[in-house]
Amino acid sequence: MRLLTHNMLSSNIKGVTNGFPLQIEAVKVVEKQVDFNPDFLKNMFSKVDWTALAAASKALGYADLPEAAGADMLDSDDFLRRFHHALLQLHLEEGALVCPETGRRFPVSKGIPNMLLHEDEV
Amino acid sequence: MSRPEVQAPPEIFYNDVEARKYTSSSRIIEIQAKLSERAVELLALPDDGVPRLLLDIGCGSGLSGETLSENGHQWIGLDISESMLDVALEREVEGDLILGDMGQGLGMRNGVIDGAISISAVQWLCNADKSCHEPRLRLKAFFGSLYKCLARGARAVLQVYPESLAQRELILGFAMRAGFAGGVVVDYPHSTKKRKEYLVLTCGPPSLTTVTPKAKGEDEESCSEDESSGDEENQTVCISDRHRPRKKQRITKKGKGRDWVLKKKEQMRKKGNHVPPDTKYTARKRKARF
Repeated sequence: MRLLTHNMLSSNIKGVTNGFPLQIEAVKVVEKQVDFNPDFLKNMFSKVDWTALAAASKALGYADLPEAAGADMLDSDDFLRRFHHALLQLHLEEGALVCPETGRRFPVSKGIPNMLLHEDEV
Repeated sequence: MSRPEVQAPPEIFYNDVEARKYTSSSRIIEIQAKLSERAVELLALPDDGVPRLLLDIGCGSGLSGETLSENGHQWIGLDISESMLDVALEREVEGDLILGDMGQGLGMRNGVIDGAISISAVQWLCNADKSCHEPRLRLKAFFGSLYKCLARGARAVLQVYPESLAQRELILGFAMRAGFAGGVVVDYPHSTKKRKEYLVLTCGPPSLTTVTPKAKGEDEESCSEDESSGDEENQTVCISDRHRPRKKQRITKKGKGRDWVLKKKEQMRKKGNHVPPDTKYTARKRKARF
C-alpha cells in the first residue's frame, strides 16, 4: 500500500467521527520504482493532507519531507522528487493501520490492508 | 449456468479456484477489458494528459484496473475477495489494493477521488448473504460514501448486471437518494448477449454537464422506410429460378424485397453485429451467369 492510498483512507467504524489519519505500525517497508510525473503531483497536492503524509512517511522511515508545505514549493524539482518518493514509491508491505479514535487495528499483509469491519462495527 | 450472485456470497464464491479460473479465461479478460474501456470512455475525464486518482470498486484480479493504468491513471482498487486480490498481486497490477466491503461504506476521505468505475459488482449488494445484511442499508452506505469521497463534478460509472427491472430501479433509486445526478446508459439494448448497462452518475446537482451520454447500438428511428422507390434500387432478390420444389417456389415467388433486407440488416446492427454498409448493390439481383 502506498502512502497515496493511506492518505485517502479513513476509519469507517460506526460512530467514529474523525477516523483520519490512520496511524501506521510498520513491520516491513519496500520501495518500488514509479515513473515521475510532476503533473499528477501538482494535481494531487491540493488533495493530500500534508501533515498526515509527513507523519506517515516518517513512520515508514523516510524523514526528508518538510513539516509544512505550500503550493509555492511545487516549482522546486527537489521538493517534487521527495513528494513523489513519499507518495508513490514507499510501500507498506507488512504492518497495521490503527484507528486514531478507537484503537482498532487493521492488519496489512502483502501490501493489502484489511479494512473489513465486524458485524457490530457497521 | 446460474448467476454467480445466487450461488454464494462474493468472498466465498470467488475462492482460490474460481479466482484463478476467472483470470485465466481469455474470454472473460476480453469482456472485462471491453467493459472497462467503455466505462473509462463514459467517465469523460478531461483530456489534458494529467493522470487522475480513480477508484475501482470490486476490482477483483485487477483486469479493469489494467485498463486504467493503460490510460495513465493512478487507481485504488477495493474488493471483498482475498483470493481475487491475491491473483491481482501475482499479476503485479500498478494500483493499490484494499480488502474491503463496499456495502460497509468505502472509508475514504471526502472529495479526494477524481472518478470511480465498477465493473459487474454493484448488483452483489442486492443480496443478503448474512443475517446482518440488509440490502437497502448496504446500498445506502455504499452510495452515500461514494458520493462523499468523489470530488465535485466527478463521475462514477458503474457497470451492473441487474437481475430484474426491480433490482435496477432499486440500485438507481439509492444512487439518486445519495444525491447523484445521471441515469442508466444501455449499450446494445436490442441484443440479449451484448446488452450492457452502465449507471453513469455525476456528483452534484443536475446541470448541462450531467446529461447522460448516448448509448451504443441504440436505434436512431428504424430507417429504410422512406427510401422505397427508385426502380433499380427497389429490385427484388428473386430466388424462384433456383431449383426448388414447386410448393416453396410459389411462396417465395416474389422474393424478399430490398426493404426486407435493409430491415434485417438494421436489426443485426442494433444487436451490435458487424454488418456491411448499405450500398446501391444491397439486395440487387445477381446476374444470370451466377
